[in-house]
Amino acid sequence: MLTILFDGVAYGMLLFVLASGLAVTLGLMNFINLAHGAFAMAGGYAAVVLVNKLGWPFFAALPLAFVIPALAGLVLERTLYRHVYARSHLEQVLFTIGLAFMAVAATDYLMGSQQVFVQLPRWLEGQFSIGGVGVGKYRLMIIAVCGVLTIALQFALSRTRFGSRLRAAVDDPRTAQGLGIHVNAVFAVTFAVGSGLAGLGGALGAEILGLDPHFPLKFMIYFLIVVAVGGTSSITGPFLAALLLGIGDVAGKYYVPKFGAFAIYTIMIVVLILRPQGLFSRVQGK
Amino acid sequence: MTAGTPVLATAVADRLALRARWRPLEVAFWGAAIASLLLLPGKHLILAEIAILGLFALSLDLILGYAGIISLGHAAFFGFGAYAAGLLAKHHVIDEPVLALLASGLAAAALGFATSFLVLRGSDLTRLMVTLGIAMLLREAANRFDGITGGADGLQGIATAPLLGRFAFDITGYVAYAYVLAVLFLLFVVARRVVHSPFGLSLRSIKGNTLRASAIGIPVNARLVAIYTLSACYAGMAGALLTQTTSFCSLDVFSFERSADLLLVLIIGGTGYLYGGLAGAVAFKLMQDWLASLTPQYWQFWIGLLLVAIVLVGRERVAARLGGLRGLFKRGR
Repeated sequence: MLTILFDGVAYGMLLFVLASGLAVTLGLMNFINLAHGAFAMAGGYAAVVLVNKLGWPFFAALPLAFVIPALAGLVLERTLYRHVYARSHLEQVLFTIGLAFMAVAATDYLMGSQQVFVQLPRWLEGQFSIGGVGVGKYRLMIIAVCGVLTIALQFALSRTRFGSRLRAAVDDPRTAQGLGIHVNAVFAVTFAVGSGLAGLGGALGAEILGLDPHFPLKFMIYFLIVVAVGGTSSITGPFLAALLLGIGDVAGKYYVPKFGAFAIYTIMIVVLILRPQGLFSRVQGK
Repeated sequence: MTAGTPVLATAVADRLALRARWRPLEVAFWGAAIASLLLLPGKHLILAEIAILGLFALSLDLILGYAGIISLGHAAFFGFGAYAAGLLAKHHVIDEPVLALLASGLAAAALGFATSFLVLRGSDLTRLMVTLGIAMLLREAANRFDGITGGADGLQGIATAPLLGRFAFDITGYVAYAYVLAVLFLLFVVARRVVHSPFGLSLRSIKGNTLRASAIGIPVNARLVAIYTLSACYAGMAGALLTQTTSFCSLDVFSFERSADLLLVLIIGGTGYLYGGLAGAVAFKLMQDWLASLTPQYWQFWIGLLLVAIVLVGRERVAARLGGLRGLFKRGR
């Protein structure tokens, strides 16, 4: 029971780190990015290549799993995405689906279509028990890393100068520009960090979620659930939603394997019907 | 009642009738379709596929092009119709294909009606999620209840009975294509009638500006429910046609890729004039055929590239067609 809860929390934390970039682009920048999973996949594959092929230690590969997708995100944002910000949501959807398709096919071409795993350091394998509760070491590490990231993210958004610039740029780009905020640069950096976080999540989660070229499409719905159910007005909403989703998914698959996936989709639809703005949103009608 | 009202009413009716007139190009289009039935005997199987995709795209055009509803899960209705037709034929509930087609269409329409209330609430992000969620839910259902649906192996052992009790489906696909084309034409005529009616006009005004439409007395939600149900019915029939002509039905009918490809089909052809779906289906299938022969495994890459290019380069064309959507979808207000 508690083991399931623990696994669920680890899974949920992971989903949050994966989806947090999407929560920012979708919630703050009002841009529907269905290709978000592609950045996560890029991070995951970066870790696979560095650890498995080049023999880097796992923890040395993690920063690069952040940096590579972040750079990719920055380049794509500057060259392609920024033309699409002001478009209709339909065009954003088409554009990002196109990008996701390209990422899937390109990864298939470069890395092969089979599922891959990152080789973990020996000391992260296995589990120990605290008071009869089985605790996976790897999952514990995920909870720790993701917890730190979450706190850092919340702090960055609400307490730093950059966070307030970002919120100003989102609320009213023209006025923000007039006040001397480099709106485009703020968006670009935000996008890059979001992509980097997704990549980090992809690298951390390769072990739990599985990594193959169809990753962006397979987990797209999960990311969207996190953001849509959590509401897009804050970062705590998606965080709680991710935890709920993680625990619900793990518990559902364990207790009622036949209906596990139903529960997730049904809950999502019901929540969206009752609270179209998300479960935890404070601002209504945005 | 003032004297001007009947005059105005006739003027409006005349105007609508004028807009609804069949143009030479349209006659030529359908003429070409019939010619393809007679002149391209070796291509009937792919032509039938194109016609089915065209019908499916037409169904999406009804809600996207005319009512401005984005759906990422239109495959839900396609798949529902496909499985309905498969189950009807497999268990010999309704053997006659045309009746089974109608029954499947009605089943999909019922699903469309039931889910329309969920879809019409909230902003477009919610809509995207809910439509996508419904498609995933159905796919999951078809996967889990493998006793009924065959699960991941697909629904096997479907034998489609002869059409109208007389014309058996043959290996060359001649009967299948003739059947699909006839259904497509009939449904197209109905759709054409619907969008050129005052009802269709009211949909366009809803798409243009929902608030103003409701201010001039259009029952916005009722209209959207009606068109969504009709669209679901069309999609269901397209799915049923696929099952009937291929005698097979798999989980693939619910896939996200199917819904996404459908959006591409419609965008290639253009939305909001009914022929977009049909023209897009022809272009999409030919392109898919060509790309798949170039790079068998990776044609999805080029499809993706095309989507990106359409949005980035073809912005004037797309923007002109979707000008009305923009205001509706901006920031979900």
